[in-house]
Amino acid sequence: MQETTWNGEPLKNGDPPRGYLEAKGFWAWAYTLDHKRIGVMYLYTTLFFFLAGGVFALLIRIKLMFPGQHIFTNQTYNVLFTMHGALMIFLFVIPAIPSGLGNFFIPLQIGARDVAFPRINLMSYWVFVAGIVVILFSLVRPMDTGWTFYTPYSARTAADVTTLSFGIFLIGMSSILTGLNFLVTIHKLRAPGMTWHRMPLFIWSMYATSIIQVLATPVVGITFLLLAMERVLGVGFFDPAKGGDPILFQHFFWFYSHPVVYVMILPAMGIISEIVPAFSRKPIFGYKAIAYSSMAIAVFGFFVWGHHMFVTGMSGTAAILFSLLTYSVAIPTAIKVFNWIATMYRGSITFESPMLYALTFIFLFVIGGLTGMYLGALGADIHVHDTYFIVAHFHYTMVGGTVMGLLAGLHYWFPKMTGRMLSEKMGRPAWLLIFIGFNVTFFTQFILGFEGMPRRYAEYPAQYQALNILSTVGSWILATGILIMFANFVRGLFRGALAPPNPWKALSLEWETGSPPATENFEEIPTVTDWPYGYAGRQT
Amino acid sequence: MSGQSTHHGPGAAGHEAHMDPATAREAATLGIWTFLATEVLLFGGLFTSYIIYRIKYPQIFYEGHLKLDHVLGAINTVVLIGSSLTVALGIAAIRKGKVGLLRLYLFLTLLLAGTFLGIKYVEYTEKFSHGLYPDTDIFFSLYFMLTGLHGLHVLAGMVLLGAVLFLAGRGRYSESYHTPVEISGLYWHFVDLVWIYLFPLLYLLG
Repeated sequence: MQETTWNGEPLKNGDPPRGYLEAKGFWAWAYTLDHKRIGVMYLYTTLFFFLAGGVFALLIRIKLMFPGQHIFTNQTYNVLFTMHGALMIFLFVIPAIPSGLGNFFIPLQIGARDVAFPRINLMSYWVFVAGIVVILFSLVRPMDTGWTFYTPYSARTAADVTTLSFGIFLIGMSSILTGLNFLVTIHKLRAPGMTWHRMPLFIWSMYATSIIQVLATPVVGITFLLLAMERVLGVGFFDPAKGGDPILFQHFFWFYSHPVVYVMILPAMGIISEIVPAFSRKPIFGYKAIAYSSMAIAVFGFFVWGHHMFVTGMSGTAAILFSLLTYSVAIPTAIKVFNWIATMYRGSITFESPMLYALTFIFLFVIGGLTGMYLGALGADIHVHDTYFIVAHFHYTMVGGTVMGLLAGLHYWFPKMTGRMLSEKMGRPAWLLIFIGFNVTFFTQFILGFEGMPRRYAEYPAQYQALNILSTVGSWILATGILIMFANFVRGLFRGALAPPNPWKALSLEWETGSPPATENFEEIPTVTDWPYGYAGRQT
Repeated sequence: MSGQSTHHGPGAAGHEAHMDPATAREAATLGIWTFLATEVLLFGGLFTSYIIYRIKYPQIFYEGHLKLDHVLGAINTVVLIGSSLTVALGIAAIRKGKVGLLRLYLFLTLLLAGTFLGIKYVEYTEKFSHGLYPDTDIFFSLYFMLTGLHGLHVLAGMVLLGAVLFLAGRGRYSESYHTPVEISGLYWHFVDLVWIYLFPLLYLLG
């Protein structure tokens, strides 16, 4: 039977109101000041590089099925793992949740019409695209340094480090502008009645994230500038021949790149803090503890960069200090995990796709986090330093953590963003394949690393082959799951069932607007009287 | 950043003017201070390198600083502090609604900024003629990186103040609305402040 109204509004030619998606055409997107459209553009862009980086990863895994030089040259292999790392980190994992989902949902969750500086927001996106274009130019002489750009090799290689550095400088600028915008937005544009302690926890985590983006990114900016100048002008900060010190580069690099792992994980933790109570129908346990632990992670995160450098010959005192500080990050992280579990305790849990990914996050991130403790311990770190143990550890945190958080968020908010539901029939098998594929791929790498297989080497002794084949087969399972998930997204976009404003019966403000929301978000700015976690059991 | 909302998508104008004036002003102020914090950290990398290498190579730094022109450096310091004064006077003028006076002070500021870059150009040329380049030694690496990055900031500040001067001419600012003037003024003070650190660190400390 044909309905004539949807959510109380008349249907146009049988279609529901399209909200912010109404205007069509290139300029309506490219020139938009709407945070929701900018968020969607970020999501498309970053997800594209997720797939591109994933293809590189599959090629790396195929190469590593055999111990010797096969399929393509070792130099090609160097380029592949560098591009996999650099694209995934700078163009996907860092920006996807903050710039994509953050842009879309921060104003909606705090009850604002937009971010504080819509023009800067649009500029941030186009600076990001400019950065991508510059990075693509560097592919003429593609990078082979690994995503960490360590000197002195990066100062000497024939690869186009200079152009790539400039590209990443632009990506960093975009990141700073986004962080600055969010900080000001959260400070100044909360709806009446939304005190700090009534903010959704996703907002708290984005606030902490923005602080890191604003304070850490300039340091990597100057670092890449110095690296480029080393190549262009012969500046000698990192060149021992001129009295410089290559280790200084590592200090600068990790002063940014360690805090930035919390730019990757904090927004994902925020998403989990939204989904777990909504699908357990229980108030979040330990709201303030979760909120403040985000801030604590942001602060501690600035003082632990040295744990990437335990084997560079730093003093024993410094090493012990960095090790202790590294442990301190585990405390606020564990506080979050325990609070999520306490939230679920005796809840009425349902297992739709968002919750499946949220639970996967908790499970995998605990493994990633605990192995991080192994690595923070000085003795253990030296044993497994630069082995596949490290590779497995950071894939458990970045894929098992950040990416699972992103996927949880995408499934949770898909109805809000598109106005259509995803298929659970496709979503659950996709999730199962991703879960199995991920663990087969990366748990084997913990074992490989512990047995001594070094990371980044193109060839390896034959004794490691069996586990490498297993890992590669895992990557195929993982890729199949991701393909089905994307197929579900595409199907949902065009053929998904129409989404009501609040399909999950969640309580934060974004669910009080239409699906998709109107361009101005709210007809009237809401007045907030309570926190968004007052769930009272399952309603039947 | 012009305000031709016809080019934007539907609802764009609404997204521009979605805050009341008082909130917009507070937001802009918080924004510029946050931005200045990022600038401090950008220069922070260079200042950290300065500390490390100064401790490591006191002799190179001593000999390096003798090769810099203290007089030109001192003149430039006065020039930049003067430009900070003219910006401050300009802001004071527009707070009283005196647009003409604002434009005069902004023009003077640009003139002083241009003078600064002119003197910097003379200094650089002289260094090059003596064979002193960024790759000469660690002191000159630092000298050229620090003053070069600072020079780029002076240039950016001139573009910013030039835009404000242009918009002031079109009657954009008044007693009640002059946030962009104050914000670009703050940025200019920051650029000035960086130089106030650079001058003694590079030219004076022996």
